[in-house]
Amino acid sequence: MSDIYVIKDHSVENRLFLNRIVAAFIAIILLTSGLIVRLIYLQIVGHEHYSSLAKDNSIKIVPLVPTRGLIYDRHGKVLAENTPSYSLELIPEQISNMDDTLLRLQKLLDIPNEKIEQYQKLRKRQKRFASTPLLLIMNDEELAKFAVVRPYFPGVDIHTQLVRHYPYSNLASHVIGYVGRINEEELKDLPIAEYRGSTHIGKLGIEGSYENELHGKTGYAEIETNVQARLLNTLNEVSPEPGANLYLTLDIDLQKMAYDALGTFNGAVVAIDIKTGGVLVFASRPGFDPNPFVVGIANDAYQALQSSENQPLYNRALRGLYPPGSTIKPFIALAGLEYEAISPKQTILCPGYYQIPGVSHQYRDWKKGGHGSVSLNRAITESCDVYFYRLAAALGIDHMHSFLQKFGFGEKSGIDLVGEKSGLMPSREWKLARKNQAWYPGETLITGIGQGYYQVTPLQLARATATLANKGKVVTPFLVDKVVSAHGARPGHELRDYTIPLKPDNVNTVIEGMINVVHSAHGTAKGINTNISYQIAGKTGTAQVLGIKQNAKYNEKDIDFKFRDHALFISFAPADDPKIAVAVIVENGGHGGSVAAPIAGQVIKQFLQENNEN
Amino acid sequence: MKTETRHEQFEPPSILGNVLRKLHIDIPLFIGLFLTSLLSFAILYSAGSQEMDILMRQAGRVGLAFLLMTVLAHIDPYQFKRYSTLLFGMGIFLLIAVLIMGQIGKGAQRWLDLGFFRFQPSEMIKITTPMMIAWYLAEHPLPPKSKQLLIAAILIVIPTLLIAKQPDLGTALLVASSGAGVLFFAGLSWRFIVAIVVALASLTPIIWHFMLGYQRDRVLTFLNPEADPLGRGYHIIQSKIAIGSGGIYGKGWLGSTQSELDFLPESSTDFIFAVFAEEFGLFGCLGLLILYLLIIARCLYIAAQAQDTFSRLLAGSLAFTFFVYVFVNIGMVIGILPVVGVPLPLISYGGTSIVTLLAGFGILMSIHTHKKFR
Repeated sequence: MSDIYVIKDHSVENRLFLNRIVAAFIAIILLTSGLIVRLIYLQIVGHEHYSSLAKDNSIKIVPLVPTRGLIYDRHGKVLAENTPSYSLELIPEQISNMDDTLLRLQKLLDIPNEKIEQYQKLRKRQKRFASTPLLLIMNDEELAKFAVVRPYFPGVDIHTQLVRHYPYSNLASHVIGYVGRINEEELKDLPIAEYRGSTHIGKLGIEGSYENELHGKTGYAEIETNVQARLLNTLNEVSPEPGANLYLTLDIDLQKMAYDALGTFNGAVVAIDIKTGGVLVFASRPGFDPNPFVVGIANDAYQALQSSENQPLYNRALRGLYPPGSTIKPFIALAGLEYEAISPKQTILCPGYYQIPGVSHQYRDWKKGGHGSVSLNRAITESCDVYFYRLAAALGIDHMHSFLQKFGFGEKSGIDLVGEKSGLMPSREWKLARKNQAWYPGETLITGIGQGYYQVTPLQLARATATLANKGKVVTPFLVDKVVSAHGARPGHELRDYTIPLKPDNVNTVIEGMINVVHSAHGTAKGINTNISYQIAGKTGTAQVLGIKQNAKYNEKDIDFKFRDHALFISFAPADDPKIAVAVIVENGGHGGSVAAPIAGQVIKQFLQENNEN
Repeated sequence: MKTETRHEQFEPPSILGNVLRKLHIDIPLFIGLFLTSLLSFAILYSAGSQEMDILMRQAGRVGLAFLLMTVLAHIDPYQFKRYSTLLFGMGIFLLIAVLIMGQIGKGAQRWLDLGFFRFQPSEMIKITTPMMIAWYLAEHPLPPKSKQLLIAAILIVIPTLLIAKQPDLGTALLVASSGAGVLFFAGLSWRFIVAIVVALASLTPIIWHFMLGYQRDRVLTFLNPEADPLGRGYHIIQSKIAIGSGGIYGKGWLGSTQSELDFLPESSTDFIFAVFAEEFGLFGCLGLLILYLLIIARCLYIAAQAQDTFSRLLAGSLAFTFFVYVFVNIGMVIGILPVVGVPLPLISYGGTSIVTLLAGFGILMSIHTHKKFR
């Protein structure tokens, strides 16, 4: 291979290598000496200094945990507060017979075995001198019982601390979220210094999303302690900075109304202040009581919540994915006008079904026999499917997709809550990428009436409705209005808005149709127009849970409840000067007009009444 | 034949000695390692809140590591040489695999899950890098020419960067120094060494630029621990207090009070030397350092006695890396080096480092006990 032979000179190599071994050993000895010099400095010269720090009176740096910020609704009602609570804590080091003590306590206070086991686990992770809680919350009876026998329990004591409490329980549990004990997973990513001493962290909702603001800044004190770690003297103290208080745009009374109005149904109601994007109602039913999560929810209670068919832990308003059904029609109509695929005056004949030329399959209207001659206005008012099949065919999927995307379908709204779902706005590209299939003309048709691959969240529906009411101005929904800390107040969000260029005439045409939905004799939601002094613009929707076969008849009574259609309603009011947009989804509610619309009507009524008084 | 009989005459006729020799175990080295391990159990018992199950778990790992050492001691060093390239290539491949998997899993990942245990490719590369460099340099006359130096430098930099990216600064440092160790023993000229030191010093601002936030924090904390008394500075302050309060004679076994004072979550891993120094004082520290020096001296002796260039370079580098381990860990605990994640060898709690270390010693024993002629 190589043309020049290099001869290895072994004696040279040997000498070189031995030299290096000697050099390395000398270097190692020198460096080790460096270590020894430093050790001598620390252990002989500095010994007295460090001993005085360490010995009988040692200086300890203890963290001072900041109080967590409170959460208020828009009227200043407290949604999350810190209430004093009493816990029973044990210091293992001071207890000579742990098993016996635990047994006696268990007998005295009737503590379940599970708690004892939990404690044993917790104890292993803690230092022996650390006070470790056995019972996190003691009621008055337990307090009294223990107070009497306290002298017989050395090393066991009652501690007072602030515990997070949610007075509205399950009403807004998904929005507010809850705090829970910091778990090991979270510990890895936390700034250690900031959380030294903190036991809880925001897990979900506002508590989770605004953890940085709510937590505050940990302070510390340098304290002198004796051998038993008892406090002797505080030398230096840097006070903690309490967490910022959050003022939400949420109206808890309105939220309660919406939540109650859902009745026994599962579903979600989202209401947005159209001018700002502030979220007024963010209800998801069923809710859950977040308070047990704060102190550590019992395993079986948690299992019950997790496995419940109604999925109470699931935030439907933020993460629930539904087909929009006919609520998509106003947007499709607007797309038709903007792309000039139709004119407002133009009418079509609805025979009750639609056929793609040359294909036998009939795309049916919800109304057997059809609507007759239909204009755009009537098509919205009566929710004529055939009109929208034709419009969809004229527009094509590409136009529908790009137009609806501007209204936020298929995208996260950017609300200040973690865990938002982006949903799905189907397109040719999506189908090719995901299913490796071409887009079929039939799919274009059902896209026109809000069925098919669509997935929208109630929040997206409310936002799109607000955008429509705003004549194209898109707002970003947000929940936190103000963050008030010791340094002053600042807005909780960045206002980001942009405007979709739309012709005002086109928007007004669509809105007129939506007004007729509520206020005309043929409107699908005419039931909610009584006793109001303003106009509501709305649109009903029904989303199929079950595919209905060709020629089969959908009969509500014959169908198992969980396969019944979802009822939807989107609306805003007053129609001439929009203030509030409401989206309602009632799972398995049947018809949008009869079930979902009244809920929106009530929310709008209460909100407008309140705001006219002011 | 003749050499063998002479060989037997010189060794004490003990049964244990015979068994160990059959196992290709180097007795002085074995004694050193065994004593250090025993010491490790004593300190772990004290640092780990006197819990038996921590001790048992560590004992299991140490047992496994000793087993691996024995197996490797059996293998002829020629085989290590033969498979150097393959093993090194495999190591690099696995490092890249781990990095890609970590990116898919959106988070730092250092190991591959093999079901029954987690395998860290960066541990394997600690040994295969010096092996690879030693093999490469041994192919050419020593001292190495600039072309060979360049290639060797590339071979060192690749795994080092891959590990630094994980990010695992401590291991990256150890891999780099194991490679540098080979170059040093291969006779890298002193002028070169000085030039590299100067270059590294002038590169500091650039390295700083590429460091991650927490790595920078550690360096800043090292420069001024008091600036962050609740965070990272806390470790160094508390560790100095523990060591200083130990004094000359120490507080005695199980007498450590500072580790009890909620001092470090790492009191049984990276900062275990602080507990040791508090309990056994300056005398104990000197004893431990001497024990380490004896192990290193034996390794260097093995290197000096080795019969081919590959074995020599590899043995020298393994000895050198072991010292880097000791120096960096103790240096950081006593506050003269920044905190990088390097455990105290043979003593800190944890399985991965001890397995690799003893694997290295296994190779050293193999080199020493497989001589073709005397």
